[in-house]
Amino acid sequence: MLDINNLKVSIAGKSILKGVSLHVKPGEIHAIMGPNGSGKSTLASVLTGREFAEVTEGTVTYMGNNLLEMSPEDRAKEGIFLGFQYPIEIPGVSMVNFMKTAVNEKRKHHGLDPLSASDFLKMMREKKELVEIDSKLANRSVNEGFSGGEKKKNEIFQMAMLEPKLAILDETDSGLDIDALRIVANGVNKLKKADNSFIVITHYQRLLDHIIPDVVHVLYDGRIVKTAGKELALELEAKGYDWIKKEVENNVIA
Amino acid sequence: MSGNSEVSEKYLNLYRENIDKISSISAPYINSFRSSAFERFSKLGIPSKKDEAYKYTNLNIFFDHDYRSYFLPVASDFIKAEEFRCDVADLDAHGIVLLNGFYPTINDKLRQLPSGVWIGSINEAALRFPDLIEKHYGKYADSDTDGLVHLNTAMASDGVFVYVPKGVRFNKPVQIVNLVQSEEDMFNQHRNLIIVEKDAEFSIIICDHALSPKKFLTNAVTEVYVGESAHFDLVRVQNEHNAACKVTHTFIHQEKNSITSSINMTLHGGLIRNSTYHFLGGENAETNSCGLYLTDKWQHVDNFVNVDHAFPNCTSNQLFKGVLDDMSTGAFNGRILVRPDAQKTLAYQKNNNILLTDDAKMDTKPQLEIHADDVKCSHGATVGQLDGDALFYLQSRGIDKHEAKLMLMFGFAHEVIQNIKVEPLRERMDNLVMQRLRGELSRCASCVVKCG
Repeated sequence: MLDINNLKVSIAGKSILKGVSLHVKPGEIHAIMGPNGSGKSTLASVLTGREFAEVTEGTVTYMGNNLLEMSPEDRAKEGIFLGFQYPIEIPGVSMVNFMKTAVNEKRKHHGLDPLSASDFLKMMREKKELVEIDSKLANRSVNEGFSGGEKKKNEIFQMAMLEPKLAILDETDSGLDIDALRIVANGVNKLKKADNSFIVITHYQRLLDHIIPDVVHVLYDGRIVKTAGKELALELEAKGYDWIKKEVENNVIA
Repeated sequence: MSGNSEVSEKYLNLYRENIDKISSISAPYINSFRSSAFERFSKLGIPSKKDEAYKYTNLNIFFDHDYRSYFLPVASDFIKAEEFRCDVADLDAHGIVLLNGFYPTINDKLRQLPSGVWIGSINEAALRFPDLIEKHYGKYADSDTDGLVHLNTAMASDGVFVYVPKGVRFNKPVQIVNLVQSEEDMFNQHRNLIIVEKDAEFSIIICDHALSPKKFLTNAVTEVYVGESAHFDLVRVQNEHNAACKVTHTFIHQEKNSITSSINMTLHGGLIRNSTYHFLGGENAETNSCGLYLTDKWQHVDNFVNVDHAFPNCTSNQLFKGVLDDMSTGAFNGRILVRPDAQKTLAYQKNNNILLTDDAKMDTKPQLEIHADDVKCSHGATVGQLDGDALFYLQSRGIDKHEAKLMLMFGFAHEVIQNIKVEPLRERMDNLVMQRLRGELSRCASCVVKCG
């Protein structure tokens, strides 16, 4: 589904990703962990088409297409979704209008007619229940005045509405209390199907108690320095990142 | 003379040459104001950019031009006006049409609505309700600096009169449609008076339309009296064309415990200047003054707001927003005056602008004069581009960049529109603003002008 090969990215001339390779197959959940400043959010930005990051080398292929040549909106229409670390408040734009536009733009892209008003509202209702979001939130402006937890739940709600093939959750767990974390994790688990994939970027292991990854990667200093099964997350939780840093340094010396 | 003397001379002559004609069709009480108003106009003149209140607006573009003046209404002109139908779906309102500043000569010049409300011609009202007119006419419209207010008093002879008696809660809005129509470039003035007595509730919508593609200059004064504990809402919809200039002066006088709102929706016009004066003349009065302006090409929109807190415990909110495209320009000047006795005043002001091009320009000037010490006042102004983070957020959900920009601009504008209480009008404004932002012409379907 997604093949990243030797991806090198810099921001304002500073090298951030220094040769990342990652292969995600349909149905897999990948966790990307790592200390602050290792390049996790930059990777998410590059995959979704944020313009400030410059790709200097490498390729990203998504469903057989060169992802880097696609506009952010086309990536979304082809099934990529980013759960933002800091969701944006947009006063004056209602959630209903926002989601209706997004859903129908995607349908148009795939040659489908727009949903009727009643079908759309029915869909909203079902998805709200699925992700346990307060139904009042959907009547307000996008994220306006939402608490931190509400914003993150709203990201999961949008994901449910757009039914992505590849969802990238960028530190969706940060700033969440345990109940909100559970709701977010349950949302992901309910949306999980045999043919869609997730990349869960997280700092802490606790989200991975609820979302069981197939593969765990450690991103450090712009490189994936370790890849293993879900047990790696537990090891990181117990021992921190220092041993990884040491291993990397030793490898460089060796 | 402090204004532009050469241009002012034109209007002084216009008065001298036509005052007999104007007086002959006007009520004596309205005439009684003319000579002193003319004196004051002679001193102040047409405002120029040297006048602080007109610093950012060059009126000469429209005032320095030879117009036909419309002083005597001609019955045949009104046939077209009578055919005009507002196309706002489901808008349940009592309609009044003014043509070139005059109330139609065809039907009754004053109509009585349920609950004893009167609407009609101000000139007719001056004859039939002298007590009301003498109590209110010319009592609120005054300016030490703006000669155009006096030019109106000196020469206007008709306009709309509304009377809402004590305690009448009139739920159905009144809609005034101001039409200008002429085969020659035309100058016109009209004068409105709205009286909302104690404990009454009233809502009015004023729509400006130009029906022919000529150059138009309108200088209009509206006086509003809002009695104790009364509620009054005004929505002004300005949708003319690039050759039309509209200068409006609205004076809203509030008694204690009254609540008012004023919303200026400027969708289209060559040069528009709205001066809105709010006088909070009693304790616990509240006013909300809003405006939205969408400009492109060479248009210029100037909103001047003056809020006068004269008594304690009053609240005022100003919210003005603009989206400026091409090489269009805008100005906002928001003055808040808190007089020494006006303790516990709450006064807020916000002016936000989006410039879509490097050539668009906006001047914004807050002006706070606070002479009381126990008050809360704030003001904020921004001039900038669309928020890049918000744009990416929408794109990341599959919304095309162009559409995402429109949604953001619409959301920006909707913050003002949502203050319109009449629901069909609010929906219509949302619709018109969206069409306008999409670059489709937002004129109402019944407008005959195919101005591009």
